[in-house]
Amino acid sequence: MIRHPLLMALLRSPSGRIGLGLVLFHCGLALIAPLIVPYDFNAQSEVLDAMGPSLQHWAGLDTLGRDVLTRTFLGGRQALLVTVFGTIMAITWGSFLGMVAGLKGGRLDELIMRTVDTFLAIPFMIFLLLIIASFGNEPLVMILTLGFFYGIGVVRLARAATLDEVVKDYVQSARARGESTLSIVLKEILPNVRDVLLVESAMRWSWMLLAFSALSFLGFGVTPPTPDWGLMIANARIYMPLAPWPVLAPMIALSSLIIGINLVADALAKALGLDRTQARTL
Amino acid sequence: MTALLRLEKVCVGYQSADGEPVLLVNEADLTLDPGETLGVVGESGCGKSTLLLSIMGHYKPGLKRLSGSVLFEGQDPDQASVEALQRLRGGGMALIPQNAGQALTPTLKISAQMVEALQLHSEVPAAHWKNKSIELFERVQLPSPEKLLDRYPHELSGGQQQRVAIAMALAGSPRLLLLDEPTTGLDVTTQAQVLQLLSEISETTQTAMVFVSHDIGVIAKTCQKIAVMYAGEIIEAGTQETVMDQPGHPYTQALLASVPRLGQASLPDGIRGRLPESLGAPKDSCAFEARCGFSEAVCRTQKPDVIDVKGHLIKCSRQSSIAPFQLPNSSPRAVLEGFEPERKVVLAVRDLALTYQSTGPIKRWLYGAPEPVVADVSLELRQGQTLGLVGESGSGKSSILRTLAGLQPGLRGMATFLNQHDLLIPVGRRSPEVLRKIQLVFQNPDASLNPRRTIRDIIERPLRLYFNYSAPERSAEAYDLMDSVQLPRDYLDRFPGQLSGGERQRVAIARALAAKPDLLLCDEITSALDVSVQASMMQLLTELKSKRQLTVLFVSHDLPVVGALADHVAILRNGRICEAGATQEIFEQPAHPYTRELLAAVLSHR
Repeated sequence: MIRHPLLMALLRSPSGRIGLGLVLFHCGLALIAPLIVPYDFNAQSEVLDAMGPSLQHWAGLDTLGRDVLTRTFLGGRQALLVTVFGTIMAITWGSFLGMVAGLKGGRLDELIMRTVDTFLAIPFMIFLLLIIASFGNEPLVMILTLGFFYGIGVVRLARAATLDEVVKDYVQSARARGESTLSIVLKEILPNVRDVLLVESAMRWSWMLLAFSALSFLGFGVTPPTPDWGLMIANARIYMPLAPWPVLAPMIALSSLIIGINLVADALAKALGLDRTQARTL
Repeated sequence: MTALLRLEKVCVGYQSADGEPVLLVNEADLTLDPGETLGVVGESGCGKSTLLLSIMGHYKPGLKRLSGSVLFEGQDPDQASVEALQRLRGGGMALIPQNAGQALTPTLKISAQMVEALQLHSEVPAAHWKNKSIELFERVQLPSPEKLLDRYPHELSGGQQQRVAIAMALAGSPRLLLLDEPTTGLDVTTQAQVLQLLSEISETTQTAMVFVSHDIGVIAKTCQKIAVMYAGEIIEAGTQETVMDQPGHPYTQALLASVPRLGQASLPDGIRGRLPESLGAPKDSCAFEARCGFSEAVCRTQKPDVIDVKGHLIKCSRQSSIAPFQLPNSSPRAVLEGFEPERKVVLAVRDLALTYQSTGPIKRWLYGAPEPVVADVSLELRQGQTLGLVGESGSGKSSILRTLAGLQPGLRGMATFLNQHDLLIPVGRRSPEVLRKIQLVFQNPDASLNPRRTIRDIIERPLRLYFNYSAPERSAEAYDLMDSVQLPRDYLDRFPGQLSGGERQRVAIARALAAKPDLLLCDEITSALDVSVQASMMQLLTELKSKRQLTVLFVSHDLPVVGALADHVAILRNGRICEAGATQEIFEQPAHPYTRELLAAVLSHR
């Protein structure tokens, strides 16, 4: 059993326990779903119409007569895959560039930050659609595009957090020793901005998950018939007044995961002694 | 005569999670008659500010008075109604905070803040507020009071801000002034003026004062009665003369011995050990026992007795066997041997000028060359020498050090290291050898050690950077370094936050020594520390200097400290050196009026 102090602090707060439980539940489900789902996700029932919950189909059937529970269990796999790696990528490149900009200052800082400003001015959803339309919606393409666009905000955050640290004497002392920029960034600054970045990555993750589901909803995320929450909601949306079941299950799944991540972010911020709003405005 | 203020067995603290009381102030007794001045002295964390605030019935979040009584003119501030408390604070008693610059509202003009004080705490009619403000400003000797009223706090100097705070406190004609380290952030010359002013106020208006400070010199100069605090307890109390001349408690004696004095040819003695880490539940032992030279079994098993000799209270069980206090007469300072010109020149600075910002060619063309903040500075430092660079805040002493360390660009002039390396180039362009041979130690060890890295990481950093050691060699070297700065080896696996201030500064010195430097640049390395710790730091530095043949450039604002450490002194004023020479000559026969002023401002205790 891991007894990391941060983990223990997370487990002490109710929101940390619930959030971590939800997130771990979804991650575990995504891993083992193919082994436990009762039906093939593409198999159509003899009843070809949307049907409410029954003993055979706990969450009902969708408009094509497919089992909603099966599709919901499987529907988070691609979203989690893309967003987990997308978040890692966004935080990695964003924080590195931000820390370098904050540490070096001067013209390099100007160059990096004005480029960041330019990208922030672009409505990125449209940009995303453009990229996906031209390069396809392979998971790798999605990871790279989401990872890139969500890293832009991280640059600003990491730079701001770094600016607080560079003026401190331990960074000055490292500079006076003649340490390289890389080692100052990784050995001196990173451990001290880690908290802010950790909370930020949890929040980036939840936003990215929403964005991915929105893309799927718009028909750009995953290719049918692969099950995906956003796509499921989009497909069943028009029949919602008559048959709410096929919408309900993926909605609960998506929102419980996002709520879970946000609870973890809150508990993390509290355990690390950061005010979440304060971490955001950095 | 009834007492103005009476504190009886006051305990301030909080209930810990397991129900045990944790006391920051433990059974404090004080009495103060009208017009009397009482000084409370103690090192950081001993509870003196908490005690002071409890007199006003104010506590830091989470704290409260757990037992005992506070009576101000027969009234307990904790029992007073909100209205009564409002009248009491500002009217009956007034607080003068440590940092007046922060206590004044930055967005309001001085006049508005004075009016607020007068409106709330005095009977002065509105029509006379302005005149009354001017009158109060004249009383605190502020220059051109009418103009000052129209200014914002940031447009005033630190000394002026403190005077405004004093004027505001006097607005309600209080019977008692509470002063929380009122001169701590100020330069020595300004401090001397403010203390003079406070003494005059207490004499002319018969206002009683409770004066809290870590600086025993400040207390001795201003107060008639002194109480010494240690770990939340008042361990000695009496009149100024008795406490200063016949200190009875071992802690008071040690504290007095650790203060560096002008003209003393020896280093002061430090107090061994450290303050109790956290103040737990009250114990049945003497709080100072672990650090006391007179400690015996009885000190560990029972609370110390309080001995009262004609109003001189001493809280110590072994009082009878403690010798009368004598100023320490430790070994005289090691004088540099050998004919000085034969030693090689480590650092030579000639006509150095510098500014805060670097300016590119375009800016320089547009705006002209920037005004230098430091100009015409020439220094020479030979191997094994220690040069003290003395100046008040803003004199440019730290800027010179940062320039020599390559963190800040120089403007013109020349600085060479070992007669061959140019020191006006930034760190990025220096050779690894020069980087290694010049090491910088910062003022505040809280900030200069990375809080997220262990002591081992911190000390081994220079070892990795400059030397090709294997892991076991590095480890062995780290142990040696810990030994040489007199820290236990198991501290290597701790984080800086788990060490006390003095221990952290030792780690910072060990890190600098790890590079095996020739030149050590010290930026006020003792000024963030308590006196008892400062004394042991000075001893450590002296010892290391002679052992390792270190050349030290020691920047400080504290003349007695420099006097005890440095062979040569350069006095810096407004970025220019106004006097330089051998320490003894300068201290005994200062030629420049500014040097004389600085020396006169140094507080002596007798």
